[in-house]
Formats: sequence, C-alpha cells, structure tokens
Amino acid sequence: MQMRFLLVEDTAELARSVQDLLRLNGHAVDWAATLADAGDCLAAASYDLILLDIALPDGDGRRFLQDLRRAGQDMPVIMMTARSAVADRVDALDGGADDYLTKPFDLAELEARARAVLRRRGGAAQTVRGFADLTFDPLTATLTVAGEARELRNRELRLFEILLGAPERIFSKDQLCDRLFSFAETVTDNAIEVYVGRLRRKLEGSRARIETVRGLGYRLTGA
Amino acid sequence: MTLPADAPPRRARMVRVALTGSLRRTLVLQLLAVAGIVALVLFWAIRVTADKAAEAAQDAVLGAATQALADGIRVEEAGVDLDLAPITFSMLSAMGEDRVFYRVDFNALPMTGYADLPPPGAAPGSAPLFYSARYRGQDLRLAAVTRRLLVDGTSLPARVILGQTRLGQKAIADSIAGRAALLGVAFFVLAVPLSLLAARAILGPVGRVADAVSRRGPHDLRLVNQSVPAELGPLIGALNGFILRLRAALSRTETFIAEAAHHIRTPLSTVRSEAEIALRQSQDEPTRARLRSVIRSVEESSRSAGQLLEHALVLYRTDRVDRTEVDLAALLAAQVESFRPTADLREITLRLTAPEGAAPVLGDRLMIEAALRNILDNAIKYSPDEAEVEVALTLDRGQAQVRVSDRGRGLGGADLPELAQRFRRGGNVADIVGSGLGLTIILEVAEASGGGFSLSSRDGGGTCALFSLPLR
Repeated sequence: MQMRFLLVEDTAELARSVQDLLRLNGHAVDWAATLADAGDCLAAASYDLILLDIALPDGDGRRFLQDLRRAGQDMPVIMMTARSAVADRVDALDGGADDYLTKPFDLAELEARARAVLRRRGGAAQTVRGFADLTFDPLTATLTVAGEARELRNRELRLFEILLGAPERIFSKDQLCDRLFSFAETVTDNAIEVYVGRLRRKLEGSRARIETVRGLGYRLTGA
Repeated sequence: MTLPADAPPRRARMVRVALTGSLRRTLVLQLLAVAGIVALVLFWAIRVTADKAAEAAQDAVLGAATQALADGIRVEEAGVDLDLAPITFSMLSAMGEDRVFYRVDFNALPMTGYADLPPPGAAPGSAPLFYSARYRGQDLRLAAVTRRLLVDGTSLPARVILGQTRLGQKAIADSIAGRAALLGVAFFVLAVPLSLLAARAILGPVGRVADAVSRRGPHDLRLVNQSVPAELGPLIGALNGFILRLRAALSRTETFIAEAAHHIRTPLSTVRSEAEIALRQSQDEPTRARLRSVIRSVEESSRSAGQLLEHALVLYRTDRVDRTEVDLAALLAAQVESFRPTADLREITLRLTAPEGAAPVLGDRLMIEAALRNILDNAIKYSPDEAEVEVALTLDRGQAQVRVSDRGRGLGGADLPELAQRFRRGGNVADIVGSGLGLTIILEVAEASGGGFSLSSRDGGGTCALFSLPLR
C-alpha cells in the first residue's frame, strides 16, 4: 500500500535513510527538519500520515500535535521518540497521536502500524488497486477474484504487496525473507515457500499468478 | 515461586536516627525545677512572715501587759509598792498555755519577781523594749519598760521586765508553716501537668512541621511554608534548601534518563535503517549475512538500552510517585491493542477476555504499563509464528489478575527467581533478542504496587504469566 508520508525529524542522517527506506517500499516522503517546515508542508500538501519526532529544534512535537488537533487538523499522526518509552508514549497518545513508535524501528512495523491507523480511521484514502483480473484493497487485506472476496493474512498481504510493487520482476527468496521476517528471527529456507504456496491458493481462479523462476526466485505475472 | 501478594512495599523503609535526649523531657524537667524552687521560696516566705506576725501579736500583748504592770508601781509612804493587777495576767493567759515570768528592779536593785530573768541589752525607756532570750531551758519573749518615780524629791528608775514562753506563738507559726508546706506541695503538683502542657505547646510547631512533611506523598516536593515561631526559622530554611537541592537532583535524573535514551537511540536508528537499505541493495550473500548481523545487533542493543532505561524509570518512580487509581481493564485493553500490529507481523493472534466495566487498582500508571508491556512482549516474542496468545483479566476476591498464556517454548526448566535476576535469560532462548531485564521490571512493579507475579509452565507447552494487583 503506497502512502504519502510527512517525516518531521531533525537528525539529517536518520531522516535521509528513513526517507530512502520508505521510498524503496514505494512510498512518497516529504521531509521537514523543523516544526516550522512541517507547518509549511502541511499548508502546501496533503499526507496520508505524519511521522512526528518529539524533540525538535524549534519545539516539542507533542505541543505541535496539540496545536494541529486544536486547529481541526485531523491527519493521522504516528509519534516517534528516542526517549524513555513509557512516559513519552503516554504523553503522545494522550496528546492526540494515533500511535507511537520507539526508535529505532523496523520498517515493516512502521508500515503495519500505519496500516492499522488508516484502517482504524476508516480508510479515507482510495487505496484499491487492480491487477490483471483482480482487485486488491491493502487496507482491508482483501483480494477480489471474479467477484469473490478473499482475505489475506498478514504475510500473504505483505508478500503480495512486494510482488505487486514490481510485477514481472524476479525477487529472490532472501529478498523476500528480509522483508517478511524480522531480522531477530531465524528463518528456515522453506519458510518463504510456505507463504508463496498460501498466496497462490488465494490467487486461484485469477489470471494473476506467482511463477517460480528456478534458482532465482519468484515473480508476479498477470499475463 | 510466587511473590507473596503482601510483600512489604519498598517505600515502607524507615530511617533510624540517633536520638540524643528529648527536648520535651528537658523542658519539662527544667519547668519542674523552677516550680520546685518557687514552691520552696513561697514556703519560706510564708513561714518567715507568719513568724513575724505571730511575734508581733505576742509583742503587742506583752507590751500592753508590761505597761499595765509598770502602772501598778506606786510610791507609798513606806516606800515603793507593786500592785499586781489581775487584768495583767488574764491578758497574758489569753496567749494560751504559756508561762509568764516577771522582774521588777527599783533603782537598779531587785524588788520583786525572778531576779535572774535576763535583762535587755540596752536601757529601756517608757515605751516597751522587746527582746528574746533563753531562760530555764525555754525560749522567752521579753518586754522591758522603765518608769521614773519621785521618791523624796529624787527621781529614781523602776524597771519592769515581763517574759513569756513562746509556745503559743510557735503553735501558730507551725500551723501556718504546715499550710504553707501544703500550699508549696500543691503548687508543685499543679506545676507537673502545667509544665507538660507548656512543653507540648512550645514543641507543638515542631511536631506540626514534622507531620506536614511526613504526610506528604513521595512526589510532593513543595517548599515548607507553614508559619512557625522564629526559633524554627533556621530549621525550616535548611529543610527548604534541602528540598530545592533534591528537586534539582531529581529533575537532573529525569532529564538524564530521557537524554541518555535519546543519545543512544538516535544514532542506532540511523545505523539500523542504513543497514536495511544496504541489505536491500546488496546482491552479495556474504555482505547480506553481515548486514543482517548488524541489524540484529542494533536491535539487541537498542532493546537493552530501552529496558535499562525502563528499569531505571521503574526504580526511580517506585520511591517517588504517588499511587493513584488506575483502570487496569482500560490499560490492558490499550496495551493489547498497541501490540496487535507487532503480533500481526508474525500472524500471532492476541485474544483478550475481560469482564465488563472498569478494574480500578491503586498504582502508578506508567509502572503498570511497563509491566504489562513486558509481559505481552515476552509472550509474543517467545511464541512461534501463527500462534495464539490469550490475555485474560479476572477480578476475584479483591484481586485483579492478568493472565497471559502463550504457546511458546516455556521456561526451559528454570524458575522465576532464577529468570528474574538482572540480565539472566533462560537457557532456551539464545536465538531470540532480549535483554534479560523484562522479568526484573515486572517483578519490581508487582512488588512496588503490592501485587504479585508468577510464571508457570502450561500443559501442552508454553508459559502462563500471572500478574495480580489488589483491587481498589
């Protein structure tokens, strides 16, 4: 699910690499290094989600959020903090944030939380995509094949999104593993085959299918 | 294996102070000493005054009788004659059982009476001269007057001395002294409760200040601004100075905890996302393996940093933060909700069952949250993919119990006291990132909140964590 993020973060190196990472996953990102910049961005464009740091050079992100909410700005916000987790989280959530992430965070976790927030908000954005003869709603994790809605489980959903991000491109098992499993887990070699197998069953009856390219990996094709 | 629910909370620690004597006792003793001296002086003064008054009364009668006796001396043809008027002696006998002695000298020669009755030190005039002397083994009070008589044209002196024993006077003085002693004792006895009251009144402000300070919650670092007597001013000043220093130190600690976390985590975040990008862009398998190991280490160190800071926060808040009413049901529901996306990434199902309504417990919200987060985090972390974690809240016999059951790898034969040691981890978890502080944090929160925590193995595999807090 492609989203448009506003990243409000003052540490330039971190902001740059988070931007790169989000873009690698197909998201659009604007970066604001200060609250003033963030205000300018919000005035000029609309975002699916704001990633807001707490400690910024020109103020406290929590105050900024309160001001936004008071001004009727309803855009989903996920606070990021590098500080002590419990106290800040309570502050952030009480202050009107939709969710909260502690640095450093996993990109998969950020996407999962963003998805959860948008789902909770009722999915204001039009996210449904078509591919070959099926339609896909990443927010509700449903594939519709020939009028039949099929619900995807979390890893099937993420796997499908990765493949859908670049149809016909070959993804190696390792590449898929890195994005489906956390680095803290030890993953067996055939784990990815399990999920590919499950996703194939969900795609049955559609022209879209996952091909195994021997020795290289998998690709999504709709021909 | 269960922490007793009634374990004494950490904050019940008392500080022993070396006490040297008691101000109240010193004050009471000093007041009583003063009262004793006053009673003695009072007794002595009454006694002296009484003696003087009795003497004066006796002197008045004695003087009158002596004058009357002297009036009875007449010059007759045959010489000088003494006419003892009975009124004289009846006057004296009014004094009581006292014996009376008299002596009359005419022209310096004894004329009648007790010739050995001691004479006064000086020659008396026509007014009575009073003096005291011992006579025949008894104390006498005496009066002497001199009259001049004209005998054959010559004026000659006639001296009359009248003495009386002092038994009556002594009896009156003794009786007054007895009353005086009684008065003195009564005064002293009355002084005991009065000095106790006075000591309490004087030391009252000290007690009130101590009360006001010790009644405060651990979070209350306001300055003491009670109105106190001037003498307590320096003490209150010192106390307020101490409170200010304590405030500064505590806020430095708080800032330090937050800053330390910030300075550790921000660069770690950069390392992590850079490594993830490099991994995504690299095709070379040995490099990819190294990058995975970098990310794993970053995760491990950021997790350790987080747990260390959370542990520090729990320890810090334990001694400092007031317990307030917290709705455990709402807190638990929010925590379960916030873990759902994380669990979902591994297709782990979180199932929460809780009774309707609130579960009010007394505690510190942040600390209880820290405990719940660690319990849920453990259950999810050690569960296999696609497993189910059951979270149940039950309210029973004044206790709110949170039971978190997983189908993870269990305790590996270790027990809670062993696992809860700082940085100690189970022998069966080497492949999972962890800091070894989670259980320590949960146990500390349980202990500080008057609750309990236990871990047990589940039939069919997995662990069951039981966290309980007393209901409000």
